[in-house]
Amino acid sequence: MDYTIRIGGQAGQGLQTVGAVLAKLFARHGLEVFTHQDYMSRIRGGHNYYQVRFADGPISSSRRLVDILIALDKNTAELHRNSLAAGGLAIYDAETIKGRYESPQFLDIPFRKIAIDSAGVRLMENTVAVGAVMGMLDMDLDLLNELLTETFSKKGREIVDQNIAAAAAGSQYARHHCSECKFVVPSMPEKNRRMLLDGASPVGLGALMSGCRFFAAYPMTPSTGILNFMAEKSREYSLVVEQAEDEICAINMAIGASFAGVRSMTGSAGGGFALMVEGLSLAGMTETPVVIFVGQRPAPATGLPTRTEQGDLLFVLNAAHGEFPRIVMAPGSPEQSFYLTGRAFDLAEKYQVPAFIISDQYLIDSEWTLDGLDASRIRYVDYRLRADVLAEMEEYKRHAYTETGVSPLAEPGASTHLVVTDSDEHDEDGHIVEDAETRARMVEKRMLKKMPLIRDEIEPPLLYGSDKPDTVITGWGSTYGVMKEAVDVLQKSHNIAMLHFSEIWPFPGTDTFDYLAILKNAGRTVCVENNASSQFARLVRMETGYEFTHLLNKYDGRPFLLEDLLEYLDA
Amino acid sequence: MPELDDYKGQKPSWCPGCGNYSLLKTFKEAMVELGLEPHQIIMVSGIGQAGKLPHYTKGNTFNGLHGRTLPVASGIRLANHDMHVIAIAGDGDCYGEGGNHLLHAMRRNNNINIFVHDNQVYGLTKGQASPTTQEGTVTKTQPFGVLLEPLNPMALAVAMDASFVARGFTGDGAFLKELMVKALQHKGFALLDILQPCISYNRINTLSWYRERVYRIGEDHDPGDRDAAFRLAQEFGERIPTGVVYRQNRPVLEDALPVLAGKPPLVKQPFEPAGMVKELEKFF
Repeated sequence: MDYTIRIGGQAGQGLQTVGAVLAKLFARHGLEVFTHQDYMSRIRGGHNYYQVRFADGPISSSRRLVDILIALDKNTAELHRNSLAAGGLAIYDAETIKGRYESPQFLDIPFRKIAIDSAGVRLMENTVAVGAVMGMLDMDLDLLNELLTETFSKKGREIVDQNIAAAAAGSQYARHHCSECKFVVPSMPEKNRRMLLDGASPVGLGALMSGCRFFAAYPMTPSTGILNFMAEKSREYSLVVEQAEDEICAINMAIGASFAGVRSMTGSAGGGFALMVEGLSLAGMTETPVVIFVGQRPAPATGLPTRTEQGDLLFVLNAAHGEFPRIVMAPGSPEQSFYLTGRAFDLAEKYQVPAFIISDQYLIDSEWTLDGLDASRIRYVDYRLRADVLAEMEEYKRHAYTETGVSPLAEPGASTHLVVTDSDEHDEDGHIVEDAETRARMVEKRMLKKMPLIRDEIEPPLLYGSDKPDTVITGWGSTYGVMKEAVDVLQKSHNIAMLHFSEIWPFPGTDTFDYLAILKNAGRTVCVENNASSQFARLVRMETGYEFTHLLNKYDGRPFLLEDLLEYLDA
Repeated sequence: MPELDDYKGQKPSWCPGCGNYSLLKTFKEAMVELGLEPHQIIMVSGIGQAGKLPHYTKGNTFNGLHGRTLPVASGIRLANHDMHVIAIAGDGDCYGEGGNHLLHAMRRNNNINIFVHDNQVYGLTKGQASPTTQEGTVTKTQPFGVLLEPLNPMALAVAMDASFVARGFTGDGAFLKELMVKALQHKGFALLDILQPCISYNRINTLSWYRERVYRIGEDHDPGDRDAAFRLAQEFGERIPTGVVYRQNRPVLEDALPVLAGKPPLVKQPFEPAGMVKELEKFF
């Protein structure tokens, strides 16, 4: 079983709520769920859709064809009618969308009339649609009623009852009128409830559990979800969240808070990060730990604000004037987003460097099912010197030369030792200098000594599939899910594997895992990237000299669908 | 109790005769008068001749980027509201490069201070016009004279309803010290604009030029009267008022944030990850 439901309509019609309820319902049923969103940069009108795929086996991507299309407006019916799979059905309310379709693949369900008849309010028409889907799938309403109760209990018993009545009426209507419905959803073992997680929340969760206490940002799609998440949790978990006047302020505030002794973070899209670049260099020079989230979207400039692209990899790697170490994590799933955010905080603090989590609109706005997250895997060590240790120290130098290049990082004000740092080149005490000898030693301390140590911390790429593959598909970040599933599908007929990079910088060495040998021994190696210029392939060539035999790019602002990869690889 | 010697720093690299020397001396005296130890203050400076001041005295120091003193200072203060946070910038730094941050720092109203070394010219980059350079002043980069209106920091701050707005003059050290002390004692964002001569690049606004014009604001001025403050703020030219132009008490951000109000500084609050695990349950 592997079905896809697409809910389409205008912004403001509530299709996100419909999609979110369905996704959660299937997850609670114990099914695997994968959702993705396609929306325009507007608050009302236009055309948006929310796609929910659910299956009884592992899935991690979106498909091209849909089994059930919920058309909340005429535009959706017209735009997506050709995406219906064999046996697929479109449901719509002919009266509301002012159009009637005679095709047997279209089922007119008077959402609005049923809502008024059953619940007494027109507002429940989307709940009728969800109920209708339950009827079409021959699923009982227990889980849906449970979800409706959870969602609407804040609004009072009456609203909950109205929703439950509307769902029941929708379900009943579909059962009576959908003679074409052949959908079968298997019953799943009891208590096999799955976690359903998007790509923004786990970054927030990972940050909280890593001890992040300060978050400053300026809103920008698609990174705003993290700012909202942190603001929502700020009171309960003693977190200061400040909406800055611009991204320049945001990163400088985060650096200030970090200097004062708390773990801090900022985040934006590529365009907002462009404004932070000067501050990034400041973090590098002053060796102030800071975590920066970059949610990529198609650029240059404003680009496509609500779409997706992997276009900022080399920008993030090379941004800022001067030379200093940085860490770049590129999670490929919500699960990786959680653990890699934890890694980013730990390594940023341990080595006193800026660390990035680089994601994109596709990953941020998609939802995946998983068994759960293990909070105990988030490593928390306070590497800073606090009052107790400082009181014992005879002498303190913020930028003291050490074996590792990592100098003691003290909380200013916690003792009589002074903490001094400077964006100018400085001596061990942190005071401004210009002499050649100090400059050279500081470059060695800040950069050359730390880099190999950080590189040793970096996990090698993940090999998935055959361990002696003829075909290797390689990628980084958000293409993980679609590449993994392509391997699942193709391994029956191909000797194929995926090589996925999620810890990108310092670029992983080959000591623990010789991934280069895998690539060199394969006949066909494809670097799959959601950008036009194969930035990761260029990075691999720069770092290793290896050149992929094939490059697969997509740069229309949309993510790779499973069929995109299957058709390319099977051709 | 702290002594002046506790604030002895490195030897300054400013030009001999620079107004910064007396400003530095006054700064140290103010800290001593306030009874502050060097480890109880955090100085946040930018770039320019003013930005070097922290190196020539003692205290925790974050010498950051040009124009960015206030965001760093706000971040520090939000992380540790037990510290006395003093931003130190020049007129180019605070009123030019950092103009947007100044606007929003006045709105944000953290309990921080900014001392602006205002010499009406760019010193470190050798003599270009600053946002406060007088109209018509000819420089290498303004060969037709400055064609822009000078920025009036006092009027701007009163218009923004900033919490504490004052102007000092390096030629009147006793009064400047008084203003520095008042700025630090004031609870809220405090802007202290400090007039000083630049002996290398500003041949117009010399020490004697200032001396002829600067006067102390009299007892008859009520700094709580915003209209009077705005009138006073517009006075600059033949006569230049120094003193507290405007003062009002509104809640500081640290007291408005439930996470900080009446609580220990963020940096001292315990981190308790065990209580967060329930957040994961919400996604089932």
